[in-house]
Amino acid sequence: MEFLLSGILAIQPEQIVMYAIGGLLIYLAIAKGFEPALLMPMGFGAILVNLPLSGVVNQVTAGIGEVPGIIQWLFETTIESSEALPILLFIGIGAMIDFGPLLSNPKMMIFGAAAQFGIFFTVCVASLCGFDLKDAASIGIIGAADGPTSILVSQIFKSNYMGAIAVAAYSYMALVPIVQPFAIKLVTTQKERMIRMPYNPKSITKTTRILFPIIVTIIAGLVAPMSVSLVGFLMFGNLLRECGVLTSLSQTAQNEFANIITLLLGITISFSMRAEQFVTWQTLLIMCLGLLAFVMDTIGGVLFAKLMNLFLREKINPMIGAAGISAFPMSARVIQKMALAEDKQNHLLMHAIGANVSGQIGSVIAGGIILYLIPTFIK
Amino acid sequence: MFSASAISNFWISLEVMGLGMFGIFTVILAIMGVVVVLTKAGSKAEKSEDE
Repeated sequence: MEFLLSGILAIQPEQIVMYAIGGLLIYLAIAKGFEPALLMPMGFGAILVNLPLSGVVNQVTAGIGEVPGIIQWLFETTIESSEALPILLFIGIGAMIDFGPLLSNPKMMIFGAAAQFGIFFTVCVASLCGFDLKDAASIGIIGAADGPTSILVSQIFKSNYMGAIAVAAYSYMALVPIVQPFAIKLVTTQKERMIRMPYNPKSITKTTRILFPIIVTIIAGLVAPMSVSLVGFLMFGNLLRECGVLTSLSQTAQNEFANIITLLLGITISFSMRAEQFVTWQTLLIMCLGLLAFVMDTIGGVLFAKLMNLFLREKINPMIGAAGISAFPMSARVIQKMALAEDKQNHLLMHAIGANVSGQIGSVIAGGIILYLIPTFIK
Repeated sequence: MFSASAISNFWISLEVMGLGMFGIFTVILAIMGVVVVLTKAGSKAEKSEDE
């Protein structure tokens, strides 16, 4: 009968903590609707990989040798050795994005750059907290507000904190409606939040829509070559959408393909949530730093808009700057809601969407630049 | 309060911040410029078609 108790007797206290964390993620996904497509598989996966002698991770069995586990195999083949899952997901994301609001109002594009400030600010703070440069950069990239980019950067830098980084990235993306209003109100007055912005979109030709993803890939590739895998796949997905002759491929990329990758990514990333890696004080610190990254992204975007207002005749509502993060379309909706709360006639949605889709481009470029810069500073 | 390596990494991070933000703005401004040119060229082509 002893064999029936072997699992129970092998439970470690840290694993019990992970069951609670897994349960919390499942609760947040189901009851609160926080990024359910990612947090639910991650929560369930966290329980799976932390069961004693779990068959989903490789185990050495007496008389047989090493028995492969499915989640470990998925992790090693699709994330560790090739980074395939996070990169492939960008095809689906690209196919989902309509860059029209950005192309018809290109001024908004600048906020996709300004709102990446939180990434670099957090890298500095994480360095001061004692993380080495690669880990600090992996933590800072939580501020990209873009789960696949966070996973990719932390994997390429072989960070031990990938699980905590992924949890932080997806949790705070879900918490954008709470985090951003708080940060925006910290640095704006009511009068600034009430600034109206007329919306006069320019018409966009089909040729422009088709050329846009190709040109963005070439420019980003030439200036930040490490961003090519991210930008290239994002823009490939967008080209599928805009070319007009691959409707069924575009629909597949947006739906079935993105869903399959998302499903696999969530359960696979849970391999990095094993108790021995995850239950550390650094995880708590990373959660705090992730929050700081989101807050500083928002503040960076808002302050940049205020700086622009010093030189512009037609003022920009500084809240638009906050929409320059990659969390699409939550951030744009938050800005619209805040604008309407101050003035029921103030419709900023289309401006905010323009800044928000620019944030998608800005975040992957930031990821590429971090991947290029950090190794040059490591001796 | 902070270790020597943390301080040293912090100074490097500041440099990364400067270069990184400069890089992002450069790429985005370049894309912005191309989009403005494309949009203008597109609207001109539309106008000439209408005429």
